[in-house]
Amino acid sequence: MINATLKQLGVALRAKQISSVELTQLYLDRIATHNPVYNAYITVNAKTSLAQAAAADTLLAAGDAQALTGIPIAQKDIFCAQGWRTTCGSKMLADFIAPYDAHVIEQFNRAGAVNLGKTNMDEFAMGSSNETSYFGPVRNPWNPKAVPGGSSGGAASAVAARLCAAATGTDTGGSIRQPAALCGISGIKPTYGTVSRYGMIAFASSLDQAGPMARSAEDCALMLNVMTGFDERDSTSLQRDKEDYTRDLNKPLTGLRIGLPKEFFAEGLSADVGSRVAEALAEYRKLGATLVEISLPNTRLAVPVYYVLAPAEASSNLSRFDGVRYGYRAPEYTDLADMYEKSRAQGFGEEVKRRIMIGTYVLSHGYYDAYYLQAQKIRRLIAQDFTDAFEQCDVIMGPTSPSTAFNLGEKGDDPVQMYLSDIYTIAVNLAGLPGMSIPCGFGDNTMPVGLQIIGNYFDEARMLNVAHQYQLATDWHSRAPL
Amino acid sequence: MSWEIVIGLEVHTQLSTQTKIFSGASTTYGAEPNTQADAVSIALPGVLPVLNKGAVERAIKFGLAVGAHIAPRSVFARKNYFYPDLPKGYQISQFDLPVVGMGALTIQVEPLSGNAKPYEKVVRITRAHLEEDAGKSVHGASQGMTGVDLNRAGTPLLEIVSEPDMCSAAEAVAYAKALHTLVRWIGISDGNMQEGSFRCDVNVSVRKPGEPLGTRREIKNLNSFKYMQQAIDYEVQWQIDTIENGGKIHQATILFNPDTGETRAMRSKEDAHDYRYFPDPDLLPLDISEEWKESLRATLPELPEARRVRYVNELGLSAYDANNLTSSREMADYFDTCVNTVGVHAPSPQSSPASGRGGERGNQSSILAKLCANWLTGELSAQLNRDGLDMAQCPVTAQQMSGMLARIVDNTLSNSGAKEVFRTLWAEGGEADAIIESKGLKQVSDSGAIEALVDEIIAANADKVAEYRSGKDKLFGFFVGLAMKASKGKANPAQLNDVLKQKLAG
Repeated sequence: MINATLKQLGVALRAKQISSVELTQLYLDRIATHNPVYNAYITVNAKTSLAQAAAADTLLAAGDAQALTGIPIAQKDIFCAQGWRTTCGSKMLADFIAPYDAHVIEQFNRAGAVNLGKTNMDEFAMGSSNETSYFGPVRNPWNPKAVPGGSSGGAASAVAARLCAAATGTDTGGSIRQPAALCGISGIKPTYGTVSRYGMIAFASSLDQAGPMARSAEDCALMLNVMTGFDERDSTSLQRDKEDYTRDLNKPLTGLRIGLPKEFFAEGLSADVGSRVAEALAEYRKLGATLVEISLPNTRLAVPVYYVLAPAEASSNLSRFDGVRYGYRAPEYTDLADMYEKSRAQGFGEEVKRRIMIGTYVLSHGYYDAYYLQAQKIRRLIAQDFTDAFEQCDVIMGPTSPSTAFNLGEKGDDPVQMYLSDIYTIAVNLAGLPGMSIPCGFGDNTMPVGLQIIGNYFDEARMLNVAHQYQLATDWHSRAPL
Repeated sequence: MSWEIVIGLEVHTQLSTQTKIFSGASTTYGAEPNTQADAVSIALPGVLPVLNKGAVERAIKFGLAVGAHIAPRSVFARKNYFYPDLPKGYQISQFDLPVVGMGALTIQVEPLSGNAKPYEKVVRITRAHLEEDAGKSVHGASQGMTGVDLNRAGTPLLEIVSEPDMCSAAEAVAYAKALHTLVRWIGISDGNMQEGSFRCDVNVSVRKPGEPLGTRREIKNLNSFKYMQQAIDYEVQWQIDTIENGGKIHQATILFNPDTGETRAMRSKEDAHDYRYFPDPDLLPLDISEEWKESLRATLPELPEARRVRYVNELGLSAYDANNLTSSREMADYFDTCVNTVGVHAPSPQSSPASGRGGERGNQSSILAKLCANWLTGELSAQLNRDGLDMAQCPVTAQQMSGMLARIVDNTLSNSGAKEVFRTLWAEGGEADAIIESKGLKQVSDSGAIEALVDEIIAANADKVAEYRSGKDKLFGFFVGLAMKASKGKANPAQLNDVLKQKLAG
């Protein structure tokens, strides 16, 4: 049962082969056993989850079930869920009980899904290894010495370790795709504006986008069906008709043009990752696709641009955590300024403080034009690169991450090395495009390798089709670490 | 050598929307602390702003009313600073792309000093932008602690920035008053100054003629025109004294203390914030279509300036009357109703001695207008003042007032009779005709009756008549008094005068 797809689980639940309460309990037991090792969850609330499961069983009994009714889903701890502790991986919110539901949580509640718990993450989603969490690092189920990637490391680890049926993540610069790659699962960051950001604690508002992390492209499609939809509470939410993301899964790939950005296969890419990606591309040729070399000339600027814009927005977004109304307040202080300084100095971790300082700097008088404005201009150039590229191809492919999972502590002293692990994913966020990662084999250290698929705006259904056809032809996605 | 004063204003007008600029929380004033602070007002993690269309519409209306350019695309920006009453740690405002661009407002200045004459001036408006208000810090709320009330946080404001076009306290006050009238006139703000719905920051500097602009100091948060005048007067004198005593003016933000009548520095430029403005990524650029703009233009009423000009040019009113009548839309509308309605009630005033007298060469509507203006700016305004009411609360409706004014026009009421009718309308309500009837206030305009009455008096006072006829003109008043008394005050005074003059002449 723990290896079943969402579709299979739905069938089993509707056929009464298992109840939602039983399924939820199964996962809760697995979490109790394995979470002490993986640390994938920050908060589990068995009573609440089982109550939701019981309610789902009522729906199932009444024949009112939807695709995900009764299925236990892990929620990244960045989504506010009413009555649930919502920490965003930070000491700042270690005791914050959210008084309302994020749009994503509402959507799953409406679908009758069970909230299985809140997954660990890099503090305020700032990190690529899940080592910046106040609640401790998450372990990679393929090798507990290795990181799961980040920031949605808890979600990736939980999906890979079969500690949930599927999970939600968020992706600001690769935070769904990179951990999906490092943990050997599938994950998709949809087009910016497709999933409402309401109730999702903001890191960098113009880049943040929620998406599913699951064991297959098909599961991702089912999850995306629930997560997307216009929400008037998010002004950047796009008013589009609701889509069925499973609609094109079974289309053949004959004639598919796959663009290969030469900048993605250059210096910095590990040989083993390069080989696995090449093998995956060979598989695609067998499936009828043609390969086209393309260029994304501004790729090398993506990381520096990102590390201006994302911290700039973050420095402002995180100002609300001031110890005044909720969240952490220093136990002792002399006056207002001291209260701010101590609360924020003690409540935020090192990486978060680093980014607040970078962001404050680039927005400062005298530096704004040179950094922030300049970065915005280059951001448009990067987006234009993709627009030009999609004249020549239907999807773009390449590695998700330059290497497989590294060990805990390995890149701890060098933030720039850490930042470079998102080198292939960041440009996609800057352009607002959809991006996906699916497993395509294992590296020299037997750790999973991820293949990145980048689509044009609103082309998620095609990307899922492209991924699904590969997963029909291969079995990398169904390999389990256990 | 004299000094030149340079003044520019920044006015924060609270827009009259039911809900906040970026959330559905109520904006009603005076609620229990934090009862109108929703998730967005508190800035809970994960909440997002959604722009209130009503606030934008009010900003556009303002821009159109001052003939300004309405930006087809404007941008919301974050102004970052920490303060307990600023829940997000930034204020959403507009910075380099405001919704309203350069416009202008014509003001009527009444100099405060003795014999200078009123004059007109055009003040340029640099820009007006939308922003959210902060909450309130309540210092010493309990045990030396500071409380925070976020009811006001997120209330929509329009910040209206003028060019430094004013050169006296009188001009600054006239501009502020004109602006205050305008925002209420077009219905975008209640303008309630006690509740902080209209707050003025005044930038003041002085210089010798021909020299470049002096360093300015900004007087913050003035919420009364009286204080504004006092604060500017004090500040100007302080700056002149400082310079003449060899000192230098440093840029600063200052506060006016109404108790002492003095200004005092709050912070200097050295501790000025770096607000780190940048476009708010949670909000899309604000696009305003030509269609939207024009549909709002169609809803604008005739503006105070246009109406003032009309009153002078078409109704022949004095500039003074026209100013007073356009001091609020309620007053102007009341006046218009009176002018239009009185004409209907008293269709042919030509025949009446009241309008035929006095040698006015203006047309009938002008005479009617003057009568209405006199009553509105005189008796009615005085009564409102006495009772501490504003025009909107006036107990006598324009219809009631017109009913009475019509009886003046058609000569039924004498001036004193009209005053009594007005007092009754004010105190008890009712209708002029009924009051005239029940109180017997109809004046005698029957020329036969008046002639008979005058004949009697002449016959009974032959000695005084003789004195009068021998040149003692002053006795005329004596005869008027007798005649009035005999008529129990009801004789039409003008008619009486005519008859008396004629008969006394012999």
